[in-house]
Amino acid sequence: QNEGFRTLSLSGHVGFDSLPDQLVKKAIKQGFCFNILCIGETGIGKSTLINSLFNTNFDDPASIHFLPSVQLRAQTYTLQESNVLLRLTIVHTVGFGDQINKEDSYQPIVDYIDAQFEAYLQEELKMKRSLPSYHDTRIHVCLYFISPTGHSLKSLDLLTMKRLDSKVNIIPIIGKADSISKTELQEFKNKIMSELVSNDVQIYQFPTDDETISKANTIMNGHLPFAIVGSTELVKIGNKMVRARQYPWGIVEVENENHCDFVKLREMLIYTNMEDLREQSHARHYELYRRCRLEEMGFRDIGPENKPVSLQEAYEAKRHEFYFELQREEEEVRQRFVQRVKEKEAVLKEAEQQIQTKFEHRMLMHQEVKMKLEKKKKVLEGEIAMFLEKKANAELLQSQASVSTPVVSLKRDKDRK
Amino acid sequence: PHTGPVESKNEAAMSELVPEPRQKPVVPMKPMGINANLLGYIGIDTIIEQMRKKTMKTGFDFNIMVVGQSGLGKSTLVNTLFKSQVSRKSSGWNREEKIPKTVEIKAIGHVIEEGGVKMKLTVIDTPGFGDQINNENCWEPIEKYINEQYEKFLKEEVNIARKKRIPDTRVHCCLYFISPTGHSLRPLDLEFMKHLSKVVNIIPVIAKADTMTLEEKSEFKQRVRKELEINGIEFYPQKEFDEDLEDKTENDKIRQESMPFAVVGSDKEYQVNGKRVLGRKTPWGIIEVENLTHCEFALLRDFVIRTHLQDLKEVTHNIHYETYRAKRLNDNGGLPPMTVETEENHESNL
Repeated sequence: QNEGFRTLSLSGHVGFDSLPDQLVKKAIKQGFCFNILCIGETGIGKSTLINSLFNTNFDDPASIHFLPSVQLRAQTYTLQESNVLLRLTIVHTVGFGDQINKEDSYQPIVDYIDAQFEAYLQEELKMKRSLPSYHDTRIHVCLYFISPTGHSLKSLDLLTMKRLDSKVNIIPIIGKADSISKTELQEFKNKIMSELVSNDVQIYQFPTDDETISKANTIMNGHLPFAIVGSTELVKIGNKMVRARQYPWGIVEVENENHCDFVKLREMLIYTNMEDLREQSHARHYELYRRCRLEEMGFRDIGPENKPVSLQEAYEAKRHEFYFELQREEEEVRQRFVQRVKEKEAVLKEAEQQIQTKFEHRMLMHQEVKMKLEKKKKVLEGEIAMFLEKKANAELLQSQASVSTPVVSLKRDKDRK
Repeated sequence: PHTGPVESKNEAAMSELVPEPRQKPVVPMKPMGINANLLGYIGIDTIIEQMRKKTMKTGFDFNIMVVGQSGLGKSTLVNTLFKSQVSRKSSGWNREEKIPKTVEIKAIGHVIEEGGVKMKLTVIDTPGFGDQINNENCWEPIEKYINEQYEKFLKEEVNIARKKRIPDTRVHCCLYFISPTGHSLRPLDLEFMKHLSKVVNIIPVIAKADTMTLEEKSEFKQRVRKELEINGIEFYPQKEFDEDLEDKTENDKIRQESMPFAVVGSDKEYQVNGKRVLGRKTPWGIIEVENLTHCEFALLRDFVIRTHLQDLKEVTHNIHYETYRAKRLNDNGGLPPMTVETEENHESNL
């Protein structure tokens, strides 16, 4: 890391030992994200555990057993403690282990995890990006709930964990561990761990490189998988109210290390290794996803002649390719459009022809009718003329006849008569 | 919360060529901001300690550049700042040595440790700046060097198989030394700062301030500030990057009253009032470097090292580097851009 750099000694106090404080101050301003994925069969106690861990009653309705496929339900909460703001996202599997055919059970989970990586990758590759204010939804830890059968891991468990171990930090836990006796428990744990090892499942190892925590972490690594009992109920023990489960034969205290490993899990998950879990997700799992994804898309660090190819060049080549493809498609679309236009034009032309013929036909008819009417009109006019002539003659005769006698008395005499 | 990449016309066309991203499962998300009621102590504030421990383990990088004509006390000042011989002083150009024809860039790195914190400090000297008869474009080699470091970082970031920790050689802070003429800024000063304030954090300092009286100092500073403002030169801390009100009030005070810091440097110690202090001995008295009534060295030191060091790095990374990156990716191959950028629809590199 420091090749070629001489170490100098300082002759006085400079003050850069405040750097960690400066960094922490900035980190606090931004806030933290922590995302937990809980995988386990319906009813194994996922929600109860989360409520117990964070000492809160997250609003989480219980789910039914009859879902056709595995789904994931995510909820984000904002928690604040002193000046630390935490954006906590809890993702539960719903319907895991309920189907008759469980072949595809793990697929929705893998898809969800990949989708969060993909979203981050997209942001990282943007031209104008804003990573500091990005809401990180990548899963930092996966709590895998094992059924307290007392025998061994189910094949579904092995299959799922194997699919996820290179994508997420897995902490296996035994749910509802109050149904196993102490002697059975240790055997069960041993069996589980040996199965994980023989199937080469990489679960999360609590880091042992920092002297201050390596001892504690090594011990904890030996206690995996953690046997968990969770409870949302408080029971009075002595003069305190504690989380516990009350049975006729006794009370199982959640925070009693003799009763279950809840305290150990909380310590490991929150007090000691939360930052390491976040770092591992980013530096290991995300980088692996990114590498695979970019290779999948055809980007390489080394070109065909074994010379280093920058992502830039590969990107440029792809851009060229795409541009030409786009042009070709555009041409195709244009051709098709021209074709359609021609076809439509032909149709319209024909329609136009038809209308024209109709119009001409109508015009002709109109002419004929008009002519007929003209003829009739002439005939009528002739009749009117004749009638007027007759009328004129009649009037003339009448006026000639009534010249000698007064017309009125003659008419009266005529009428009297 | 993201449920998938923002769809755009061209991105949809692109997905035909690029392997289809896998189908995203339906994940109904509840709206954020449900403040869960805490029924007791959880311990999430322990993450601060965890983070602090991790950063102390990895150590820090810091790269500081000094620019100014020779003889202004650049090396002395840097050595005073970091209380060690991080920069070798040039003894001036004697007849045997040749005056460099252009500006040279000399980067020397050291590891220093204090209070368990390891720092890899690189001092970048720029001998020859402003020393020529014709100093036209003498900032160009400097700008080139700064951009080369951004380019180095970008190349590493863009690799498929990336290093766990990308080595950071980017210039986090550039101290620009102003001659204490007492009048105003020189054209060279303005030209340099105009060009470089857009690519790197510039902190102007008035060198060899022991040649000015308090009144002269105060007037000079005011004039310099005004000239910088008139020329549109934004020195660090830049107004537009103040994150919140707290930052703004703190930085306003520094910008409008303290800066540019009038400094005196020294690596010699003298006895004053029974204490050993760093200072310069003159016939008329001993100038105490760390005495705030004598000069503003302590202010500069506190500003750069004790309060704003992390911020200098973050502004370099989040703003200057991002600007370089965006420009670089946009200029690629001179091909026409694929999408028209709108407010929410940013072009993706895919």
